Amino acid sequence: MTDTQKPRRRDAQTPSVDRRAFVKFGVAGGVASLVAACGWDGGGAIRPLLLDWSRVNDWVGEKVLFSPTHLARTYSPGERSAMLPSYFISGTTPMLDDPDRWRLRVQGMVEQALDLSLDDLMRLPRVSYTVKHHCVEGWSAIASWHGVPVSAIVERCRPLRTARYIRFESFDAGYSNGWDLASAMHPQTILAYGMNDNPLPPAHGAPLRLYSPTKLGYKLTKYLVSMTFTDTRPGGYWEDQGYPWFGGI
Amino acid sequence: MTDEQGPRPFVRRHHWMVRITHWVTVVVLAGMITSGLQIYEGYARFGNRGGPYLPNPLDGTAFPHWSRLGGWLAGALNWHFALMWPLVTAGLLYLGYLVKSGEWRALLFQPRDVRGALAMAAYYLRLRKEHPPQGKHNPLQKLAYSSIYALGALAVLTGLAIYKPTQLGWLTALFGGFQAARYWHFWTVWIFVAFTITHVVLVFVVDPASLRAMITGWYRGRFPSHD
Repeated sequence: MTDTQKPRRRDAQTPSVDRRAFVKFGVAGGVASLVAACGWDGGGAIRPLLLDWSRVNDWVGEKVLFSPTHLARTYSPGERSAMLPSYFISGTTPMLDDPDRWRLRVQGMVEQALDLSLDDLMRLPRVSYTVKHHCVEGWSAIASWHGVPVSAIVERCRPLRTARYIRFESFDAGYSNGWDLASAMHPQTILAYGMNDNPLPPAHGAPLRLYSPTKLGYKLTKYLVSMTFTDTRPGGYWEDQGYPWFGGI
Repeated sequence: MTDEQGPRPFVRRHHWMVRITHWVTVVVLAGMITSGLQIYEGYARFGNRGGPYLPNPLDGTAFPHWSRLGGWLAGALNWHFALMWPLVTAGLLYLGYLVKSGEWRALLFQPRDVRGALAMAAYYLRLRKEHPPQGKHNPLQKLAYSSIYALGALAVLTGLAIYKPTQLGWLTALFGGFQAARYWHFWTVWIFVAFTITHVVLVFVVDPASLRAMITGWYRGRFPSHD
């Protein structure tokens, strides 16, 4: 029997302790309900702390929970969802004036900068899979994606040892994403030029988009124009507004 | 808060560890639920795009502004993913305390409690006049407190299944996939809410002295303080 199980006695004297504690509890409850009442993002005092804590979660996601070899579950093409919503930042579907002149620029901290046409990319190793797409909003949908693994690009551009991140940039109103190298090197992380057995449609990022079942949709840059290797953590369109930077699932 | 049998001495009822984890859980869970309702607004149904959707009376519901924390999806996610740490920490500290102190014996509902639970239910349904004798908690309380801890564990596990459906794919599959895990995660909210309402009502109706005990640790009420 431990000490705490032995009833100890204390004479009842005054309920003032109780009243004080009750007031404290009331104040705490009041604060909590005010917090909820305002649709509060934490305000000037707490929001920065929440964002700092989000970096801790990024670290846990990247260093503890992310596996560079674990593959996401794949589905059969027959299990594809009837629809997959498409999002872009521009007011209308971003389109190239002259698709033939489009190139993917691979640049930054690399030994060999590259300028790749769609034909160049299609000649590289091809990966196809049918996976579940997870949106940060909570919806999901199954689709097939066809493209070249980012690791095949990395093999050809040979990043410097000091490069730790890739910044993926688009021609959609300045949309971009920053990625850690390990997630980019995952075997299911690809530059997709095809979707559901067809060329990538304009609504989903034609001519080329980043795809990976290890990340939430907002990390999967559409309308790609460049990937830049860097040693400083690049921000991103949504990430800079407060969405988790790692976005890994 | 008077007591028919006159003043009794205060007895120590709740260890500080129990009181702290209890009130931390109250505040943190309120934050988890309110930020969760804001997150729910991002996609207020359950099922892959293109359907079919799981049956949900709250399909498409936008909860009132006062009930949502975070302002928008990103703000709510940051609250949710920050508060999950103190929630899990409090749960583990509480469990550790119960195990180390042996207090779990007063709380864990076991098969031998079934008979007592039926007697308690009979009392509440007015099929029985006298309150059955009990220790620190009656068997129905044990059932409630054991279930609510299990519910907390379920909320955390379904949460992890939604948080990392690729890395923790086995866990997500265990709950029937990403959308089903979201679904169960959402329902834990309403069980928590129903439990909390019942819990608070019973505290005030049956044993108001237990509120003081959960704040100060000292109890002077009608029930035994220990088994």
